[in-house]
Amino acid sequence: MKDKIRIGCGAGFSGDRIEPALILTEKGNLDYLVLECLAERTIALAQKRKLQNPESGYDVLLEKRLKDLLPLLLHHKTRLVTNMGAANPVAGAKRIIELGKSQNLSIKVAAVIGDDVLEFISGEEHSLENNQPLQSEGKLVSANAYLGVEAILSALATDADIIITGRVADPSLFLAPMIYEFGWELDQFDLLGKGTVLGHLLECAGQLTGGYFADPISKPVPDLDRLGHPFVDVFPDGRGIISKVEGTGGIISERIAKEQLLYEVLDPYQYITPDVIADFSSVQFEKIASNQLQVTGGGGMEKPEKYKVSVGYEAGFKGEGEISYAGSHAVERARLAGEIIEKRIKSLVPNLRVDFIGLNSLHPAELSKNSSPYEVRLRVAGICETMELAQLIGEEVEALYTNGPAGGGGARKMVTQVVGVVSTLLNRDQVKPDVNLLST
Amino acid sequence: MKKLADIAHSRAGDKGNILVLSLIPFDSKDFDWLVENITADRVKSHLKGQIKGNVTRYVLPSIHALQFTCEDALAGGVTTSLALDAHGKSLSYALLEMEI
Repeated sequence: MKDKIRIGCGAGFSGDRIEPALILTEKGNLDYLVLECLAERTIALAQKRKLQNPESGYDVLLEKRLKDLLPLLLHHKTRLVTNMGAANPVAGAKRIIELGKSQNLSIKVAAVIGDDVLEFISGEEHSLENNQPLQSEGKLVSANAYLGVEAILSALATDADIIITGRVADPSLFLAPMIYEFGWELDQFDLLGKGTVLGHLLECAGQLTGGYFADPISKPVPDLDRLGHPFVDVFPDGRGIISKVEGTGGIISERIAKEQLLYEVLDPYQYITPDVIADFSSVQFEKIASNQLQVTGGGGMEKPEKYKVSVGYEAGFKGEGEISYAGSHAVERARLAGEIIEKRIKSLVPNLRVDFIGLNSLHPAELSKNSSPYEVRLRVAGICETMELAQLIGEEVEALYTNGPAGGGGARKMVTQVVGVVSTLLNRDQVKPDVNLLST
Repeated sequence: MKKLADIAHSRAGDKGNILVLSLIPFDSKDFDWLVENITADRVKSHLKGQIKGNVTRYVLPSIHALQFTCEDALAGGVTTSLALDAHGKSLSYALLEMEI
């Protein structure tokens, strides 16, 4: 058994930068690299791609992320754990094998499957959000259970260089290597809770090194333009030391760690994953050297009885249009433009939102009541059943060029397909995780 | 007039239609003052145009932090919201605008 393992996190969302993972792998002396690239709605969109083409449905940036990373992983004997399989981990694994062959690399890839539970969902189950039947939201396009460590542990027990999953609880991507290397038992909930704390801290990558934190006045962070991503040294007792590669931008600090510990946590005393109900309330941070922070404490209780399932449904099309006004009476002209649009299409698009960017688009209006910007941008957005109607929103805003208030400039229009997400619960015996092993 | 931003920092997170806001003093000596004064009701009132549901406050003495879990606060949630900032990521700074 090892007395320490090092896990890095080289991506914290689907659109994250590419090079931090390369730097971590080349210079970080990692045992494991995690790339967390899967948001709730990403998997539903991926599911729709898979329906069009059964060989697609994995992360669209998979090739771009892995092309230069593969040889580094093999050279430094770093195992990769990633959820870039999205809606189709097996197709993703096949694509990685092809990438390896094209570079004359000998690699093994384990695809974790079993999170796709759409066939077990009737649509009559009630959602956790509003207690209505799932199918009342719209046509269901995906249902994925948040798997825990079990399936990843089976994959780690093979000699796979790369483990690619679909929907797995984010901290489980980190917890599985800890359990595997240290021989923790699946009912040692205190240890699983501590490991979950470390996984949760790491999972958003740059958010632990100063990204989403920096404020040049109150919270300055050096060299954000080359922000490094974090790694953690984990010890068999569940203690961790978080750090980053020397020479990279950003900083490791107690303030950042506190913000990230609480990030997206509904109840810090009971953080629910498929593996454990973790307690974050007893976590403590201690700076032990420059850019090194020790994490101790945290704990856990018995895991929940059921799996959480994220269900995607078709929710129509979102249309948006924007146009800017500046100088004297900019706000008044933008408001007039907004009134024109409302009069013209409100009857067709009842759920229409009108914002004034620069004035009140981000926060409740009462916080900006004394603001008087030099320039302001009208934004109109609505969700419609058809793409044609959604397109009309941007078209009407664009038409303000020649039909609206003076000096309207820089019009833009956009339409996106909307996939809504709700959740439900599924019995554990209905979910059967498994592993497919592929090699070059 | 002093603002919360002068003595504390915050990070916003989302889970569906629930907004989560941390509140952490720059100087841990201000923690007790925050516990005493920045109640769930006060946060809900400050962000009344944003938060339509209940606000629950969690107190974390070990790291000197507060957490506010705000229900029905993100115009339906990131997937179907019409807001420009559908995640509500900028709302940490709305909390910090509170005058103290």
